[in-house]
Amino acid sequence: MSTFVMPSLGADMESAVLMEWKVKEGDSVSKGDIIAEVETSKGVIEIEVFEDGVIEKLLVKEETECAVGTPLAVIRGKGQEVGEEESKESKIAQPPQKDLESEKKEPKEKQTVQETPKVESEQRMKISPAARKKAKEAGVKLSKVQGDKKEIHLRDIKSETAPKKSERSSSMRQAIAKAMSLSNAQIPHYYLSSSINMSPALKWLEEVNRNRAIQERILPAALLIQAVVHALKDVPELNGFWRDDALEISKEINPGIAIALRKEGLITPAILNAHEFNLDGMMKSLGSLIERTRSGKLRNSEITEQTITITNLGDLGAESVFGVIYPPQVALVGFGRIMDAPWAEGDTLSVRKVLQATIAGDHRATDGRIGGKFLDKLNQILQTPQELL
Amino acid sequence: MNTDEIKKVIIEQILEVAPEISEDELDDHKNIQRSLELDSFDFLKILTALNEKLGVEVPEADYGKVDTLENMALYFSERL
Repeated sequence: MSTFVMPSLGADMESAVLMEWKVKEGDSVSKGDIIAEVETSKGVIEIEVFEDGVIEKLLVKEETECAVGTPLAVIRGKGQEVGEEESKESKIAQPPQKDLESEKKEPKEKQTVQETPKVESEQRMKISPAARKKAKEAGVKLSKVQGDKKEIHLRDIKSETAPKKSERSSSMRQAIAKAMSLSNAQIPHYYLSSSINMSPALKWLEEVNRNRAIQERILPAALLIQAVVHALKDVPELNGFWRDDALEISKEINPGIAIALRKEGLITPAILNAHEFNLDGMMKSLGSLIERTRSGKLRNSEITEQTITITNLGDLGAESVFGVIYPPQVALVGFGRIMDAPWAEGDTLSVRKVLQATIAGDHRATDGRIGGKFLDKLNQILQTPQELL
Repeated sequence: MNTDEIKKVIIEQILEVAPEISEDELDDHKNIQRSLELDSFDFLKILTALNEKLGVEVPEADYGKVDTLENMALYFSERL
């Protein structure tokens, strides 16, 4: 018997709303099955189960907000008898839940509060010193918080300044802000850049696509990801994590792909086990990942198991990008817009399709020599793209 | 199918691929990808959907001829 808890879907996540159960009590599940959908600042995420078994009990109702670590379900392992280890089950602590209903009411109340700040009413109110200080810092009008309350505490100010749960974009902004601040505070970045002649690769890709149906075409974006994955096989030091003051190289290559959401923000879900794909597999995985990111159907493993990040500005972007590493990862690969540019080869000057490839590296984990080796390898691979197919 | 009808089909497919876009953001003469901030993947999806609807495949070499709504409608009308 084991307890399935609300997983952490990133260092910045404190809680999520369990939106929908995809299983019911008594259902058999296998490792990797989707058992629930939860709503986070990254959108709706599908939660996978980590073991084979039978759903013994669902512990929380749908539309309940649960902190990370909250027990969500009890799963009976294969071969275990019903009711076995029942005593253990009863030991599960009552999860710290907040009912969504009560939370939803809060903003409504605020809207009806009159906007007339009366000095006298502020004076008559009991305001805790911490609340007064916080309100001053955050620029919150105490009269706005008051409503029909007689006293104002710190939590009232905090709820006033906290992002509203329903606003996905603003909570996503908060999540990005947290992760990027953490990165800049902790990671000593180094940056390297190389110009890569993309004419041979693009010409080759054009030939490949000419003989294919439109559904089978491969985009340069997939080719670049495939090239990064191949280069990482030779320079594995950039693929992994900085944990407990040491570099931990990952065997799996799970590149997180920066995907912009049209309204606001971006997510960097992973193409899991990208080292196992050929170019067609990579294109299919990328397509599915982009579609599911935009429709809000990502799996938890895809948003937590990235081993490196790739950001590709595409044909409308800037010339080059120097990224901010997503901790605990140790590198970020950036691709700018592919442009026509003068290119010298021997003593001939011609115009070529040129790409600025960059790497942001964690200087605790690697030195510029490793980053340089990676960019050099990447360049070599893109000069003989047929090997990527 | 006349050019206006084709244009209607194209607009339907754009809105299908990018539901966040409202119809009044579409402009006949602006670059589709740039004005609507569509990436290469979105654009390929739109062309794939149009191939299924209209039976015309746009080779990569012709992407320059389908850059605006008007040009795209014209391109398909000449090949239907």
